[in-house]
Amino acid sequence: MTRPQSLFEKIWEQHSITSNEAGQTLLFIDRHYCHELSFHAFNMLHGNDRKVRHPERTFAIPDHYTPTSGLKISDYVNDDTRALVKNLVSNAKRNKLNLFDLNDKRRGIIHVVGPEQGITQPGMTIVCGDSHTSTHGALGGLAFGIGASDVSHVLATQTLWQPKPKSMRVTVKGHRSIGVTAKDVILGIIGKIGAAGGSGHVIEYAGQAIKNLSIEERLTVCNMSIEAGARAGMIAPDAVTFDYLKGRPYAPQGVNWDMAQEFWSTLPSDRDASFDKEASVDANEIEPMVTWGTSPEDVLPIGASVPDPSLEKDQKQQAALRRKMDYMGLRPGQAISDIKVDRVFIGSCTNSRIEDLREAAIVLNGQKTKIPTLIVPGSGLIKEQAEQEGLDKIFINAGVDWRPEAGCSMCIGVNGDFVKNEERCASTSNRNFEGRQGRGARTHLVSPAMAAAAAVNGCFTDVRRMETE
Amino acid sequence: MMKPFTRFTGVAAPMDQDNIDTDQILPARHLMMPRDERYGSYVFKDLRLNEEEKEIKDFVLNKEGFRSSRIIVAARNFGCGSSREGAVFTLVDAGFRSIIATSFGDIFYNNSFNNGLLPVVLPEETVELLRQQLHQEPGAEITVDLEEKTVTAPDQSVYPFEIDAHRRNRLLKGLDAVGYTMQFENEIAAFEKKYRRQVSWEPNSTN
Repeated sequence: MTRPQSLFEKIWEQHSITSNEAGQTLLFIDRHYCHELSFHAFNMLHGNDRKVRHPERTFAIPDHYTPTSGLKISDYVNDDTRALVKNLVSNAKRNKLNLFDLNDKRRGIIHVVGPEQGITQPGMTIVCGDSHTSTHGALGGLAFGIGASDVSHVLATQTLWQPKPKSMRVTVKGHRSIGVTAKDVILGIIGKIGAAGGSGHVIEYAGQAIKNLSIEERLTVCNMSIEAGARAGMIAPDAVTFDYLKGRPYAPQGVNWDMAQEFWSTLPSDRDASFDKEASVDANEIEPMVTWGTSPEDVLPIGASVPDPSLEKDQKQQAALRRKMDYMGLRPGQAISDIKVDRVFIGSCTNSRIEDLREAAIVLNGQKTKIPTLIVPGSGLIKEQAEQEGLDKIFINAGVDWRPEAGCSMCIGVNGDFVKNEERCASTSNRNFEGRQGRGARTHLVSPAMAAAAAVNGCFTDVRRMETE
Repeated sequence: MMKPFTRFTGVAAPMDQDNIDTDQILPARHLMMPRDERYGSYVFKDLRLNEEEKEIKDFVLNKEGFRSSRIIVAARNFGCGSSREGAVFTLVDAGFRSIIATSFGDIFYNNSFNNGLLPVVLPEETVELLRQQLHQEPGAEITVDLEEKTVTAPDQSVYPFEIDAHRRNRLLKGLDAVGYTMQFENEIAAFEKKYRRQVSWEPNSTN
């Protein structure tokens, strides 16, 4: 009888090449995604006269600096961003990497495209020079973000040295009520365990409420694992995973599919597998959530009020709270539903998939937005599908700025789509850090439905009370 | 070649805030610079300078005594957020050699070792004590000794810290990571051969 293993332990073991005297493991990497900011890594590689060991395992997809209004020279915010995009394309060609180039309609946000194309599969080790690589764990792989030096190491060796992270299981019991989305579930989890709650750990999300999620919803949950401080987030592959993957361009086909599926079915954590840390959340208690501060852990249900620093006894905590309130321009104890919003962003690797757009469209159908609202699809294929379903008409009729090109856009604000100083944005992205969406930007993280509701009313509104057509 | 780290003594600055994220260390709009540009001038840009590029008085590194800081004593979860190695480049280029905190963002922690920056994890009581001493005596120095695995406080108390032996070794010698891994070429090649059979459905694995 072998020792019961978790999903994480199985993948770790299957990819262990060797270990050194200091106890670090040399891991084989199945998939590597790179984007414009991987230029440091290519410079390091070429500077040392090194070659890419397995070009077939790396996928280059420009997403951070690409314009969303179009692909003409004038669509770029400046020459530097255009040069950065061109640089990725030329590095990909020079090293014979897989490339989804600008005019390729499969192109989009890496963390959207990888799963959509079936490049990301269960049981794989997946890395990218981007912290939201944790997204890919939704299909049952071990996926994590790395820095430029490590990207260069992966390009040169297809491996990485890693100390074995600890494991954590977050069990989400029960059922979500109507109007509560996957985004609210992960915000609820982060609110409970904190922005460093998963630090040093790989989280496996488990429980009935997780099993009930679609793959797109699982991607949203795993995406924000890094916001709980976790190295990675993962969900056991199951029938939902296999249904999602089957027939996708890069998924195994025919007899290969059968072999792969048989193997993937052995991956879920054994019944008695143990975890270094456990947490649990009751889905029945989760409500539509809104962040009020400058860390994703600063999150409350829509019906709540923001904290009052004067009620905080600890001096240090009180000072920290005051600083956050000051940055966010909020009154102590202000009801969240009293917060006026200046603009809305629906998009990013957290929430730009077709289900997210449908969710927003239900709320926006037949309505008019009161504030500037930007919707950016996660990939060219999602844009196409949204148009086939007529979602673009709903958006345009509501006065939304519906963008033709996919990309990271206003989540990180480096392609020209950014939030102005002291402007308040209801955003479906993943980070409400100071200055994340632009210098002085005030970000409130919400689900696509809640973002759409804020767009219609100009203030945060409980989407469960919205009348929809 | 990375700068080795053995023992370093320098002025230390206290940063009391939890969750100092990589966007605060290096705002995203400065990520495009090639490595040879002077990253150091952008460190903590939006905490340090206002929109007119004037110094923000309250920020610790703008205060008398802390301007020449080479070590930071932070709080919880320093360097959380994005994977940008630029956050480490900017600290290193600005002259910082070590960050002491109760915890770090995992990716930032990893990236530090690739650039000769030593992140030190100490218990909360110790980190708070260090910050208190620094607040009381701006300009006070701290010593971080990687060989001995100790931190010496301004009051000369010595605190031991734990660190993974592999990372310690690499930092002590300033070793290039890829060069080190190449020594395992036989193991990697043997693994790849075995792995190709194991995941035979992978069209890519035939290369």
